[in-house]
Parts: sequence; structure tokens; C-alpha cells
Amino acid sequence: MAQPPPPSSPPRAQTSPGPAKVGAVPNRRLGSVRGVPMSSPPGRRARLSSPGTGRSSSETREELRRRLLGLIEGNRVMIFSKSYCPHSTRVKELFSSLGVECHILELDQVDDGASVQEVLSEITNQRTVPNIFVNKVHVGGCEQTFQAHQSGVLEKLLQGDSAYDYDLIVIGGGSGGLACAQEAAVLGKKVMVLDFVVPSPQGTSWGLGGTCVNVGCIPKKLMHQAALLGQALIDSRKFGWEYNQQVKHNWETMTEAIQNHIGSLNWGYRLSLREKAVAYVNSYGEFVEHHKIKATNRKGQETCYTAAKFVIATGERPRYLGIQGDKEYCITSDDLFSLPYCPGKTLVVGASYVALECAGFLAGLGLDVTVMVRSILLRGFDQEMAEKVGSYMEQHGVKFLRKFVPIQQLEKGSPGKLRVVAESTEGPGAVEGVYNTVLLAIGRDSCTRKIGLEKIGVKINEKSGKIPVNDVEQTNVPYVYAIGDILEGKLELTPVAIQAGKLLARRLFGGRLEKCDYVNVPTTVFTPLEYGCCGLSEEKAIEVHTKENLEVYHTLFWPLEWTVAGRDNNTCYAKIICNKFDNERVVGFHILGPNAGEVTQGFAAAMKCGLTKQLLDDTIGIHPTCGEVWKEKTFLKLTSVDVV
Amino acid sequence: MAAALRAPGVRFRWRTPAAAGGARGAAAGRQGYDLLVIGGGSGGLACAKEAAQLGKKVAVVDYVEPSPRGTRWGLGGTCVNVGCIPKKLMHQAALLGDMIRDAPHYGWEVPPLVPHDWKKMAEAVQNHVKSLNWGHRVQLQDRKVKYFNIRASFVNEHTVCGVTKDGKETLLSAEHIVIATGGRPRYPTHIEGALEYGITSDDIFWLKESPGKTLVVGASYVALECAGFLTGLGLDATVMVRSIPLRGFDQQMSSLVTEYMASHGTRFLRGCTPSRVGRLPDGQLQVIWEDLASGKKDVGTFDTVLWAIETQPAPAAQPGNACHVFPSEPGASRGYVPCLLCPRLQCGRVPETRSLHLENAGVNTHPNSQKILVDAGEATSVPHIYAIGDVAEGRPELTPPAVMAGKLLARRLCGQSSDLMDYDNVPTTVFTPLEYGCVGLSEEEAVARHGEEHVEVYHAYYKPLEFTVAERDASQCYIKMVCLREPPQLVLGLHFLGPNAGEVTQGFALGIKCGASYAQVMRTLGIHPTCAEEVAKLRITKRSGLDPTVTGC
Repeated sequence: MAQPPPPSSPPRAQTSPGPAKVGAVPNRRLGSVRGVPMSSPPGRRARLSSPGTGRSSSETREELRRRLLGLIEGNRVMIFSKSYCPHSTRVKELFSSLGVECHILELDQVDDGASVQEVLSEITNQRTVPNIFVNKVHVGGCEQTFQAHQSGVLEKLLQGDSAYDYDLIVIGGGSGGLACAQEAAVLGKKVMVLDFVVPSPQGTSWGLGGTCVNVGCIPKKLMHQAALLGQALIDSRKFGWEYNQQVKHNWETMTEAIQNHIGSLNWGYRLSLREKAVAYVNSYGEFVEHHKIKATNRKGQETCYTAAKFVIATGERPRYLGIQGDKEYCITSDDLFSLPYCPGKTLVVGASYVALECAGFLAGLGLDVTVMVRSILLRGFDQEMAEKVGSYMEQHGVKFLRKFVPIQQLEKGSPGKLRVVAESTEGPGAVEGVYNTVLLAIGRDSCTRKIGLEKIGVKINEKSGKIPVNDVEQTNVPYVYAIGDILEGKLELTPVAIQAGKLLARRLFGGRLEKCDYVNVPTTVFTPLEYGCCGLSEEKAIEVHTKENLEVYHTLFWPLEWTVAGRDNNTCYAKIICNKFDNERVVGFHILGPNAGEVTQGFAAAMKCGLTKQLLDDTIGIHPTCGEVWKEKTFLKLTSVDVV
Repeated sequence: MAAALRAPGVRFRWRTPAAAGGARGAAAGRQGYDLLVIGGGSGGLACAKEAAQLGKKVAVVDYVEPSPRGTRWGLGGTCVNVGCIPKKLMHQAALLGDMIRDAPHYGWEVPPLVPHDWKKMAEAVQNHVKSLNWGHRVQLQDRKVKYFNIRASFVNEHTVCGVTKDGKETLLSAEHIVIATGGRPRYPTHIEGALEYGITSDDIFWLKESPGKTLVVGASYVALECAGFLTGLGLDATVMVRSIPLRGFDQQMSSLVTEYMASHGTRFLRGCTPSRVGRLPDGQLQVIWEDLASGKKDVGTFDTVLWAIETQPAPAAQPGNACHVFPSEPGASRGYVPCLLCPRLQCGRVPETRSLHLENAGVNTHPNSQKILVDAGEATSVPHIYAIGDVAEGRPELTPPAVMAGKLLARRLCGQSSDLMDYDNVPTTVFTPLEYGCVGLSEEEAVARHGEEHVEVYHAYYKPLEFTVAERDASQCYIKMVCLREPPQLVLGLHFLGPNAGEVTQGFALGIKCGASYAQVMRTLGIHPTCAEEVAKLRITKRSGLDPTVTGC
């Protein structure tokens, strides 16, 4: 368990500062763990073989890592080299000509040279030698060192810590970026956040805080709550509350209240950055050269800033269809939450969770809503659950057009009306419809193509625009890190980005080792019937563990609150997927019902602690709640057997 | 006769059907069963159904003695008829009232003052309860469990005599007998007019007309829950508390619960005890009470007086004393365990043991509580007679443990398993206006057991997202996790005050069952935006003295 020690635990604090990343807080205690003399003359060889040969390899490795970091921290210039390597020789000659003393470790002349090289590549993402550090900053190989020399950066680095304007610049002021920046600032670093919201094609723009706060989780959940209250109003009559008139919903009132709340959150973030002395610049950041970024503000004024490290946290923006009229007439989730007028009859294109959530609350607010789906609902989620989410929505008035994609241009009809023509994905046949609003929710694109990543050589996946990183969120350019929605193969969730950002800052500047754990991350889709899950979908579980090794337990349930309200019986559903040959360990948890998010959270914590079916059976329920459904009756899932 | 019926003394084993048949044939009008369950509440029914499922011949006898006010109900016991179910539904009605007030903030054009019709609600709730009564009847029938609506008392240790409403007697004999008769609310009979004019939770859910201005006497969770929903439904409700509310629960949480109620319109009369209830000529009830500190008498008029009083706690059950002695400890399997759980799960109801004539069977009860003494396997002093649920001494007065104990008992009796019921870490939720969910130890208990220097408390005040737009006050939304201080900081208790506390607590109870440490809970990523995610984000310790208010996300 690589857990951070409690702040008041001196024994660990003494032994753990070693792993501080390059450029970390100068930690004077490091001297005690360094294995090599500090002021070796140039060319002096050092042996790095670990004294504790009998220990497990991971421990030895950790020890080695500490020693290496000790070397990097303790020497003004540290060169990892090989004695026969001509590039290494060139670098040594360069420093020699500058009259700078270097500490050199010849990897071919120590016993554990191969391990050193491996650990170095972990630390720097660079496998080759020479590998050069100046004043704890990783400069790179031979070529980069000479480049740095030519641009004057090397001299600055040699002069000390003031080589760059900032220790860290975070590009993107969303949940992840802000968490990272604040944590780094708390650890005593000089930090800047660049945040700039490019207005949507409809002209919508917003404040600090990123997608979650402005056009994501927060307004979405609040509008979902508004829709739930609509349902509560209907229920309340059954519970004795008396009013006769048909209750109407006022979109403007709701939107204003929600936008006010968001405004207060934006302001809160500004204050919080100021309190922690993080520089906030409302400008668009773009890399211009190594360690240097150009910030362009709303008025087009440009300023350049340099930093030792960068974190890219630019997030994503909604995708457009790429057909005529889409940007002109359609809106996306970027626009919906601050729409100054009620959207009226709405077509939602897409079947992502964003699409279903929006369609759900719009219908809940009493609007006529149609969802146009190309293929499946909620791709990546458990498909049985996804279908149930969809069928509940369908029963509650949302229309679905399956296997259709809009193909023709969207024409503006009579004022405020849009005509949409769509054709079937399964052969001929087209449908036509007239809507007041067309909301696109077909996916999101990473904001990585226009931030100058090519200038410094940060690789992105050309197709998806996502940035591949290693397990410490480091890109192929060692001083550039990335977190949040733009990561390739990672989860697009606020809490994940926040956790990744915080832990990254702690690793970079706080001497911690803990990595972000992307396994068993719980999530909830706030559709009219909420869907919470943690762990594997049934499909994925079968893929990973094979069907024979799995046992699926499931049950339908009827929340007590729904009984008197006369709401649907046999609709809420829960299932767990267990690995038969691992003590029936729970590998997937899925629940469809009211407050699914609240229910799922604790189960996720239990899964972190190795929840098994047996433990689930042994735990006493809380009566009457939805969380206790497991205690009622859980049936083995067999094909074509109905559950009661 | 009694000697002939005595079991051969082999526990957890059924006699052959032939032997049972012999017993059956011994006397006319007598019916022999493998298992006889006395009491058709949650625990009894669960036990009966499970045993029947496993192939046993089972009978359930159930009889509801009308309350002093004359309220009676059907099959299903306290939980279904006069407990959890109607309580949560009326709580839901009150929550819906809150939502109606929230709705205009979210754009719904609701009229400003929406009146509530008690009659309509009560009818809906009662109809649901009746459907559950019917459902239980059907389930028993489906599983071939014989059901008798008779008042049962022991004739001897294998025979029970049942009397129907019209006085007809039936003798039932069984190899094993499970007593699951539960408890009934306590009347303070020493108070003049208490029995005559007061009602209890046995009556409140079955009132046809609104109780009007109500005085709730007591500070058990039943008292606070009832006062909470009455206030939420727009009634004038006052709680009269003798000493401390929610005894046995974490006292910081308990004071936040009452603080929230007080700020939402429930009146509290602290340190007071009623001395007389009388009826005024206009039909209203006049209550005279005494302020215990000053000795001053005061008087008030109410439409309804609801008793929800606790028993005085036994010395061993005082908060601060480590009173958990768990039957899972070695050597505890046969001995009687005097106090199993803190009083928080026992609200001082009167066990239904008096009419059972337990002495005829030789079943021992606790001299003070009159509850039946049981061992870890739920067996009483007579090995083939068992007691589960509220009627058993030291057991939590909660439905789910009774259900589980009943099921496990049935499985043991049928030789299906030897698993004993584990009464440790029973999660529970108090459905007060701001719900309070908890599992594990209170802070006081943790400190008493482990010492203050070994306990670390993580806590946070948070604001549910839904409260923001609705402009609701969240001053009492609070979470506290009580951990051991030494790494890995095992979680000892979790206390959650906020909306949907029950739903939030359930999963974490599982985590605690799995031996969760603070570190593991922190490694769990949150679900955004929920209230439950705040649990996974607890960072501030009480010891640090830092402000535990959550700001931003």
C-alpha cells in the first residue's frame, strides 16, 4: 500500500522524501539517504549496487530509485552516461568547457547499470544515455543539452532555480487542473493556471472551473433535480398534499437560479486560487518552444511564460456532426444549461450519457423530447442496464428513433423551428421531423490540437486527439504531464481528474509516490431513473474472466416511496457480478433506482476493501432503503428466467 | 403427556416424521409441526418461510392485541404495521412537503401555501400496509406454512395453546418453537391520564383524522421521527425530553439532529417530565409538566399526546461504558449474554412475553426487561425453544437483524449451515427530517474502548448540491468517520447526517464489514455530485482543530 503517511508520522517522513521528483522542494534531509559523496570530481565512478541483496526486487528498486533521486537532488550537474558513448563524451566536454563540475555515473561500469537505466526511464521517460540533470531539472539527452546551451536555458538553469518564471504552469482551469495547481501551491511552488473558454459556436461562454462546474455535472444534476421535483409534485398528491392546478415549469427561473449558483462557484474558485497564491491568467495557452508558453487574452494581447513543468488539463468540448447547418442551428450541452429560453420540442442526437441525461430532464420538465440513436445506448456501460435506462425513459414519454442518423442539412423553417431529415442506418428509409431545438450529444473532442503540442513534440493520438501518458500521467516529453478527460484510455470523470491532479502535484513536489488508481471507479448516470455502477460491466467481465467463472446475482425491487405514489413496480433493478473462483469477489456492481449515486458510493468503498458475496450476505440491511435490496432476495441470473 | 413430548435433547436435528406424527396423533384437536413460530413479524415470518422452503412442516401463530386506543392490524408485525413502513412513508410525505417548497426555486410554479390532508395520506399508507398484510398471507400460503390468527400461550415446552378472537382453543405441538412476539410501546402508567388520553406509535399511523397539535413525550428515535414528520406535514409538534435525546447514539450527531428539527419548527421542552394529562371541556388535552431543574410546573394544551418514552438505561448500557459483548467470542455460545448492544438499538418497548406463560415451558426472562434470555444461537433456557427479534434480551430492536437471525436460525435447524448471526456493526438510520445514518461505534464508545489518544475522528460539514438552488440551510449536514489512529486506521464507525442517509450508509456498512481502513475509503473515488462522495473526501481530523466546512468541489 503506497499510502501517504499521516502528516504527524515522523519515521516515514524521514525515509520517504527520496522519491521527490526532479525539481522538487529542496529537501535538506536528503543528505542522509544519499549513497554517494556529493562533490565527486568529474569522471569519478560510483558504485550503486544495493547493500540489501536479499530483499525483494521491488524494495531494492525503491531503494535504487531513492538513491538516484538523491544523486539528482544532491548534484548541480548530474550526468548518467556510458563510458564508451560518444554523445556522453560530447556532453561531458561541453560542461568541462563551461568550467562546470559534474557528477557522472557510468552505467556500464556499475553492477546494476541496467536497473539504473530502467529506473531512470521511469523517472524521466527517457531510456537513452546521456541523461542530464541540472539543478534538479531534467534537461534531457545530448541534443537537448546543446539546444539548451544555445538558447541560454542551460546557463539559466546552472544559475539556479530561477531559470523559469514558474515551477508549474497548468493549462486548463477545470476540476483536475485546479486541484493540481492548488496542491502544488500548497506545497510551496510557484504556480500559474491558464484558463480560457473559447465560446461555443452559439456564443456561449463561462467562467473558471471547467466543464463539470459550468456545463457538466453541476448544472446537469441541478436540472435533473428540477425534473425529480416535478415527479415529486405528482407523487405529493398521493401523499396528501393538496393543490388542483396543473403545475407549470418556468425554464427561465430555473436557469437563472442554476446560473447564479454556478457564478458563485466560479467566484469561489477565483478566491481559492488567490488565497493559495496561484497566478490565474484568463488567457489561451499555446506552447511556442520548450518550457515556454504563449498566453493570448480576450483582447488578443500575447504574453509568454516559462515553467519547469507543465500540466495539460484542457479537457474536451462537444463534437459537431460535420454536416451543413450544424454549428449554425444546433446547440450542445455547452449551450443548454444557460439557454435563455425554454428549448421547447427537442431532438437530442446521440446516446451517450450526456444525451440521455439531457433528454431525461428535459422530458421531466414537461417538454416533448426525441432521442436519435445511431446504434447502442450508453456505449461502454453494461448493456442490460443501458437498455433498462432507455426503456424507463421511453415509458416516461421520451421518444426514441433507433438506428437513424441525421444526414441532410438542417433547414430553418418558420421562426424557431428546425427541420431535420434523417435516414436509417439499415438501408433506405428516411424520417423527417420539426423541432424547436436540436441538441447534439454525439461525443466530445479533446482540446489538444491547438495548443502547440507539436512545437515541443508531445505526442497525441492523431485519431482521437487524446494524449497517451504513462502510469504517472507523464507524456512522452518528460516535463509535460496531462490529466483529466484528455488522457487516452482513462476515465472522463471529475473526481478522477481531481484525484489524478492532486496526486500528481504531490508526486512532483511533495515527495509522495502514490499513483492515481483508475480501477473500480464508481460512477452514476443521472437519467430519470438513476444508474449507478462500479467495476466491470457484464460484457467486460465475461471478456476478462470468461462466462464460466462468473456468477451474476440480480433482483428487481420496488422502492417503498414508489408504492404509495403508485409508481412502476418491477422497474428498479440491481445486479452484482462475482468471480466464482476468487471467493465470489464482487467485480461489478450495478443499480438502477432512485438515489443510485448515493447508494453506489459506499458499495464502491466496500469493493475497494475486497467485497465478496458472502460479506454482502452477512451485512445487515437498513430498513427500509433501496440500498438493502440485496438482503431481500437475490437470484442467480439464469438465461431466460424472470426475476421477481 | 408433557414428558412424552419432550425432545430427545439432540439440538439442531429433527426427529423423524414418524415421531412427529406420533406426537400429532397423541390427542384429538392437536396438530404437530416441525417448527412453530409464535409471532408473525419480520423475524418470525422470515424464519418460518425459510424453514418451510427447506422442507419442514411449519406453522405461524399471530395475534395482535388491540392497543389501549383499540388500534389493531394484520399480519406482518411492528415493522409493517406500526413501524418502519408507515413511518418511512409518512416521513416521505413530509419530505415531499419540503420538495414542494423547493420546487419554485427550480422553476415549478407551485402555489405558495399547499395544505396537507392527513386523511388522504393515512388512507394511502394504510392501504399499502394492508396490501403488505395480504402479501404476507399469500407468501405463507405459497410456502405451505400454516397460519393461525390466535393468541398463543405455552402449555408445556412442546405445546402451545391458541385462543381465537371468539374464544375457541387449539392445541399446537412442535418439535422446535421460535418466539418472535416482539414488543409494544410502553405507557407511563404512573402518570395520571396517560393511558386514558395518550396514544403511542401503535395508533399514530392508523389515525383517521389529523392528530393536530401534538405533544410527543420521549426522546427515542421513535419520538423524534414522529415529531419530525408531524412538523413536516404542517402540524404543531412539541417534543418533551426528560434527559438526552437519542440515548446511545453518537451525542454530537444527536444534538445536530435535534438542532435541525428545532430550526425547522419542532418545539423542544428539555429537562421536563409530564405529571398529569386531563381532558378539557372543549375536548383538548391539558398536560401539566414539571421542569426537572427548577421544579416549576407548567401547563399546555394539545390535541394529541404521543408516548414514545424509553426505559431508564441499565447501568451497563450507559454511553461511555463498553457494553458490546459479542456472542461470537469463544465460549459465549451457551452462556447468556446480558448486554449485546448499546441502547441505541433498543428503544425500551415492552416485550410481548406476559401472555405467553413462559413459565409453563421453563423459558427464562430477564428480571428487569422481561425479555427472553438467549444465547448466541438464539436458544433460550430451553434448548429447543428459541427467541429472535425485539423479544430477545440484548438484541437490536430492528427489522433487518431479526429477519437475518430468523433465516439463519431456520437454516441451522434444518442442518443447512452452522452460521451464527453476527450482531456486530449493525447499520441503522433514523428517519428524522434530516436523516441520520450510522454504523459501528459512536465517538463516545470508540473513545471509551480505545482511549482518546488512539482514536482519530475525520469530519466535515458539507452542503448537498440540491440545497444550493433551493436556498436550504445546510448547517447540520455533517459527516464523521471514527477511526483508530494507528495506521492503517481501521474505520470503527461512520455517522452521516443528510438527505438519503440510509442509502448512503448501507454501502459503507459493507465496507466496514470488509474491515475498511481510512486509507481504503480515501482511495475510493467519489461519485460527483452526490452527498455520499463527501465521505470519501474526509480529510480534516478533529484533532487538527481545522475548520471542517467543505467549500467548493
